[in-house]
Amino acid sequence: MTTVRNFVRSNVRNPNAIAYFLMAVGALFFPAVVQFATGGSGDYLVGLAADGGIYMLMAIGLNVVVGFAGLLDLGYAAFFAIGSYTYALVASNHLGVTPIGHSLHVPFWIALFIGMFVAATAGALLGAPTLRLRGDYLAIVTLGFGEIVPRVFRNAGIWTGGVPGISALDVPTLPGWVQGPWIGQDFGWVPDFRFTSANLTAYYMLMIILIAFVVILVHNLYNSRLGRAWMAVREDETAAAASGVNTVSVKLLAFSIGAATSGFAGAFYGAKLSYVSSENFGFIVSVTVLAMVVLGGMGNIPGAMLGAIVLYFILFWLLPNAPGQMQGLASSLGLDWLNQSNPNGWPGIGEVVSRSKYVIFGLILVGIMLLRPQGLLPSQIRKQELTHEEPEALAAPRQLQA
Amino acid sequence: MAAMVQRLRASVITTPTASLINLVGLAIVAVALVATAQRVYQGGATYFFQTLGFGLAQGAIFALVALGYTMVYGIIELINFAHGDVFTLGAFVSLALMPVFGLNEGRISGAALILPLLGLFVVTMLICALVNVGIERVAYRPLRHAPRLAPLITAIGMSALLEGVMNVWRGPFNLHYPDFLPSTQIPIGGGVTIAAKAVMVIVVAVVLMVSLTLFVNRSKLGKAMRATAQDRDAAQLMGIDINRTISATFFIGAALAGAAGIIYGLYYNSVQAFDGFQYGLYAFTAAVFGGIGNIPGAALGGILIGVIYSISDGYFTVSWTQVLVFAILIFVLVFRPTGLLGMRVPEK
Repeated sequence: MTTVRNFVRSNVRNPNAIAYFLMAVGALFFPAVVQFATGGSGDYLVGLAADGGIYMLMAIGLNVVVGFAGLLDLGYAAFFAIGSYTYALVASNHLGVTPIGHSLHVPFWIALFIGMFVAATAGALLGAPTLRLRGDYLAIVTLGFGEIVPRVFRNAGIWTGGVPGISALDVPTLPGWVQGPWIGQDFGWVPDFRFTSANLTAYYMLMIILIAFVVILVHNLYNSRLGRAWMAVREDETAAAASGVNTVSVKLLAFSIGAATSGFAGAFYGAKLSYVSSENFGFIVSVTVLAMVVLGGMGNIPGAMLGAIVLYFILFWLLPNAPGQMQGLASSLGLDWLNQSNPNGWPGIGEVVSRSKYVIFGLILVGIMLLRPQGLLPSQIRKQELTHEEPEALAAPRQLQA
Repeated sequence: MAAMVQRLRASVITTPTASLINLVGLAIVAVALVATAQRVYQGGATYFFQTLGFGLAQGAIFALVALGYTMVYGIIELINFAHGDVFTLGAFVSLALMPVFGLNEGRISGAALILPLLGLFVVTMLICALVNVGIERVAYRPLRHAPRLAPLITAIGMSALLEGVMNVWRGPFNLHYPDFLPSTQIPIGGGVTIAAKAVMVIVVAVVLMVSLTLFVNRSKLGKAMRATAQDRDAAQLMGIDINRTISATFFIGAALAGAAGIIYGLYYNSVQAFDGFQYGLYAFTAAVFGGIGNIPGAALGGILIGVIYSISDGYFTVSWTQVLVFAILIFVLVFRPTGLLGMRVPEK
């Protein structure tokens, strides 16, 4: 009892511990609360939260690259795409229609790690020649890579299904599953359980487990020798190298571990959607994940997770629902004429709100950054390090020549 | 002279592995050039000049946008993602201002166009420039001493904001942009012609770029810009108003982007609220290709990217063109990280 009390006492003022605790409690009770609040029809929301978990996984992975090692990656969605397509190839009938002529159906639990491994390899292959570049040049290389990968998948014809992509991917299966009132049934044991869109709570629970797994992994890495090497490289690469840190391999590891997490998320994404298409991996995905990390607090795992929750909620719940809400508000105020489009170019209030979602998104990004440039939940260690102004040695070489 | 020697010495990498890597790079370039030359030879001269004219015009627009990226990056090391959208804003603003200048499609043509178009250019460039200065003041200046990624996120936010404003204003449609430029072909001998439209675009772009270079090299403000880029603190100690200089950089970059927006509209006759983002990425690629922070480099990079783009479209498959452009970006950074004209600056 005393140990518990001491643990609580020592952590009650630690924002990270509070954030972890609140997120864990929130994650566990979310499905039940949603089902209760919506009267049992909240499956859609639970599925949405599971999709949000994909972004959260990516934010945790990108946090390793950007937050821990200080490498700016603007093409992170490329590894997400690689993970998804790898899953699509090894767990569907698609390889049967390619020149290989033999389809693979690797079980989800193994394919998840294949996707992760392939993405990590791609990260290492991209990183090996480019990680010697400093600062923003690396960002530009990754930006280019992020633009190339989805286009290659789109253009690769028969191998990747071209523009329509690959559909009918295998769903995860388990030897058994517990069903209960959260899907509107009595408690019971379901043998040979298949994850389907009829039971999104299962996907949600799987996502929670995956996130917990990755968080523990990344947290341990952060506190390891490697994590300290990452920080050293981030703060001063030259000094780190002089102190015996192998900067190339340390950066390569950060890059590959980030890519692996993204590939992991990608494989889950493919399985849940049961469909992959090159349209879903554009620059906007990389930017969104980066914004999540920076918004939440770079270099802090719960910060990145919090950023993912906030931004995902805004982007995928608040903004898509705003037009409908606005229309409802207009009718309830007796202003129905606002909902009608007229020939003077007024497209109706719903359409206006729908079009202005980019305005709102932009204002939110700028507003949060101006109010809290260090993020919502900044890293305590980083804060101590950066109380002084950023030293000149960290800046990339400047030039303006004419 | 000493600077040139230093630049030459820096560009020759002497370690054996590096020279091997350079050899591989040169071999790839040579193979690509031979393959292109063979296709061009088969295609005939008329088709080649048509493609080249298109590529040069497109490249001139890329170059004008790239200049803004390179100047801003040179002075505050920020990838100004909103710049591509300032470019689209130029097209949108000019489209809205056309009736003010009496520019109605079909009613006006020939020499009568020159003055109204000039006025349109000046007003649009001014509006874009003021918008960009405002963006800098609101979204970048307060974050000058914040963690380095914070202004990058506000840049993305500003980009989304501008796209959103244009989307609310005119909707997510392809808007028709009036076609004022003559569609005649200018003969250049041997029965080969080049489009007058392309020539006009190139001439306007070259005039703008030459005046920019003269400005940065000769004027006092230009000198202040170069000094601020080199060492902000030292420049401040020499009595340079840093904030004013940075604002001026944003002003000039956006004025060029606004002009590029009009040229883009006049050349392609169609514009859409989200065009700028992708276009901005190409222009940014061009800036890196030429050596970021280097003004002639951005111009050269823009024109090269434009020509490569149109040759790939014209002689190879269209769907792989974008892959090719970004592959070139990675290729350049791996083999020559400072770009074509960039100087190797020692790590401080």
